[in-house]
Amino acid sequence: MKRIYIREEYCMGCRLCEIHCLVQHSKSKEIIKAYKGEYPKPQPRLIVEEKGHLSFALQCRHCEDAPCLGACITGAMHRDKDTGAILCDENKCVGCWMCIMVCPFGVILRSRDAKKVASKCDLCLGEEVPICVKNCPNEALLLQVDEKAEKEIKEEEPIEE
Amino acid sequence: MAKPKVFSEFIVERDEEKCITCQVCCRMCANDVHIYDSETDKVNSDSTKCVGCHFCETVCPTQAIVIRRNLSEPKINAHWTQRVVTEITKQAETGGVLLTGMGCDKPYLSYFDHIVLNASQVTNPSIDPLREPMELRTFLGRKPDRLQITNYKLQITDAKLQTEIAPQLKLETPILFSAMSYGSISLNACMSLARAAREAGTFYNTGEGGLHKNLYDYGKNTIVQVASGRFGVHKEYLEAGAAIEIKIGQGAKPGIGGHLPGEKVTEEISSTRMIPVGTDALSPAPHHDIYSIEDLKQLIFALKEATRYKKPVGVKIAAVHNVAPIASGIVRAGADFVALDGVRGGTGAAPTVIRDNVGIPIELAVAVVDQRLREEGIRNQASIIAGGGIRNSADVVKAIALGADAVYIGTAALVALGCHVCQKCYTGKCNWGIATQDPYLTKRLNPEIGARRLVNLLRGWSMEIKEMLGGMGINAIESLRGNREQLRGVGLSDTDLKLLGIKPAGEAW
Repeated sequence: MKRIYIREEYCMGCRLCEIHCLVQHSKSKEIIKAYKGEYPKPQPRLIVEEKGHLSFALQCRHCEDAPCLGACITGAMHRDKDTGAILCDENKCVGCWMCIMVCPFGVILRSRDAKKVASKCDLCLGEEVPICVKNCPNEALLLQVDEKAEKEIKEEEPIEE
Repeated sequence: MAKPKVFSEFIVERDEEKCITCQVCCRMCANDVHIYDSETDKVNSDSTKCVGCHFCETVCPTQAIVIRRNLSEPKINAHWTQRVVTEITKQAETGGVLLTGMGCDKPYLSYFDHIVLNASQVTNPSIDPLREPMELRTFLGRKPDRLQITNYKLQITDAKLQTEIAPQLKLETPILFSAMSYGSISLNACMSLARAAREAGTFYNTGEGGLHKNLYDYGKNTIVQVASGRFGVHKEYLEAGAAIEIKIGQGAKPGIGGHLPGEKVTEEISSTRMIPVGTDALSPAPHHDIYSIEDLKQLIFALKEATRYKKPVGVKIAAVHNVAPIASGIVRAGADFVALDGVRGGTGAAPTVIRDNVGIPIELAVAVVDQRLREEGIRNQASIIAGGGIRNSADVVKAIALGADAVYIGTAALVALGCHVCQKCYTGKCNWGIATQDPYLTKRLNPEIGARRLVNLLRGWSMEIKEMLGGMGINAIESLRGNREQLRGVGLSDTDLKLLGIKPAGEAW
C-alpha cells in the first residue's frame, strides 16, 4: 500500500505538517477559522518528534500487523478494505484508550473534543495526497509504495485473523 | 551603555488578524527575530535582528508576515546616504573591518543593460528552434592552430584526423556553476550543484574547499580548484575532477585571500580540507609560489604532469585594470581556459570596501581579453569563461557575443536554491540552508529539490538562448562567440563602445 515515508534528514522542524493536519481535521478546513474560531480547538493527527537538530513528523504507520486492531473492544478500529489504512470509527469508539496503550509508535492521541474518542491519522482519504505530505516545504514526507519494504512485510509470517 | 545607533534595515510587519500563533516563524528564524510570548499568546518580532532573508515570509502558512524596508532614514543626502551613515556608525561601534557576502551591490553602470541584441528581418531568415536543430554544445579547452587530415583526397569517409586534440570539456549548454567551496556553502548545496551539473551535462566547481567523499561520484562533472591555501588538494582529488582550475583571484575580493572561521571547520570540513577541526582556514592573498607568469607556468605544468596531460588546466582571475595582458600571459603559460570574474562576482565573506570598490565589470573584461587574444593570434589556445553578475539568459548571450566561450553562474544558482541575496553569508546563519554549516539549517536544503530547481533554471535559460539565437538567424552557439555585430550599445560613451568593440544602436553593419 501507499505509505507515508519520513526522511528525517530533510525535516526542518517547522511543524507545517502539524498545522495543516489540524486544519484538515477542523470543521471549517480554513486555517484562520480553524485556529481562531473553533472551540474546542481542532487537533492535529500527527506528532512531531524533536531532539537536538533531529526532527521528524510521525503519523500512524498503518501497520500490517496492527496491535490497535486487536486491542479495540468495540471494533471501532478497523482496516479500510480499499486502501489498507487503519481507521477509527468515532461513532463506535467509546474512548477506552486501549489502542493508545498498545500503539508502539505513540501516534494515537486522546481527542480533545467533548466526546471521548481516540484520534488518529486517516491518511486524508479522499485527498489526492495526505495534507502533511502535500504541505511539507522540504519534501521530508513522501507518499509512496516501497516495493522492497512491502515485500518484506508480505514475507513475514501471516497474521492470524 | 551607549545607545545602539544603527538603524534596523527592515521592519517586520505582522497582521495580527491573520497570525494564528503557530510559531513556524519562531522555529525557523536563525536570527531569533520572532519570539512567542505565552502570557499574551502573541508572537513579537524584533526588527533590529532581521536580515531580510524572507524565510519566515515564505513559510508563514497564513501570509501574516511581510518584511519591509525600514523607510525611517536620516535627512535625504545624495552624498551622505543612509548606507554611508550606517557603515560609519557600525564601525564606530565595533572598530573592525566591515564584512559582507554576495557580490558588489553598488549602482555602477551595468553594461549588460546598455547592450541590445540583433534579430533577422526580411534579408536573412530567422530560425525557429522548436522546428529546427539548434546547437548549444560547447567545448572548453585548447583548440589546435591547424588541423592535419590524411587521406582526404580519396574519399571523405577515409579521412583521418592527424592532429592530436588537447583534452576538452564537453558542455551541453554554455553555462557552468562557479566555484563555491564546501565550507562557504553547505554539503547539501554542493550536492545540489553536483547533481544538477550531471543531469544538465555541465560542470560545477569545488572552490578551494576540497572534495567531500560523497561528491567523488560526480567527478566527471566537477572542476576541481587549486587555490592559494591548497586545501584538500591531493592526488585523488586532482584525478577525480574533469578539469583543474588554479584560482588566482575572485571578483568579489581581488587581491584578498580567504578566511573560513574556525567555528565553521567541523569534523567533515576538517577531513575534506585536511586541516585540524576548529582551526581557521586561511587562504593567503597570493599563491606563495607564484610571483610571475613563469611561476604560474610551472604550476600549470606540474598539475598537467600530475594528471598525465589528460585534463584541461585553467586559471581563474579577478577582472582588474590590467586584465588583458594578464590573460595573455596566462594563455602563453599554457592554460587551457581562462576564467574571468567581474566586479559583481559573489563571495561567502569579504570586506565590504573591497567587494564594492575593487575590480572591473565583466562585460569590459571579456571584451578586452577576447580582443587582445585575437590580436595576438592566440585566442584558439584557450577558452574564456566569464563570470560575475550573470543574471539571465540575455546576459549569457551578451557575454558570449562579447567573446566568452561559456559563463559561470554562482549567485544565480544560489537564488535558484532559495537565496534571497540578503548578503549575510558570512554570519553562517543562512536560513535557506545554503551558506551555513549549522545542522539545524543545512537540512533545510533538500538536494533533490535543489538539483531539480537548478536543472529547471538551466533548461529555461537554454531554451531562451536558443530563441535568441534563432532570432538572429544563428543555429549554433559557436557562431555567436565574439560575434559583436549582433550587439549594439544604447546610451554608452564612445570610449565604452570602443572597449566593448560594439557599434552604437542605430548604426548599420
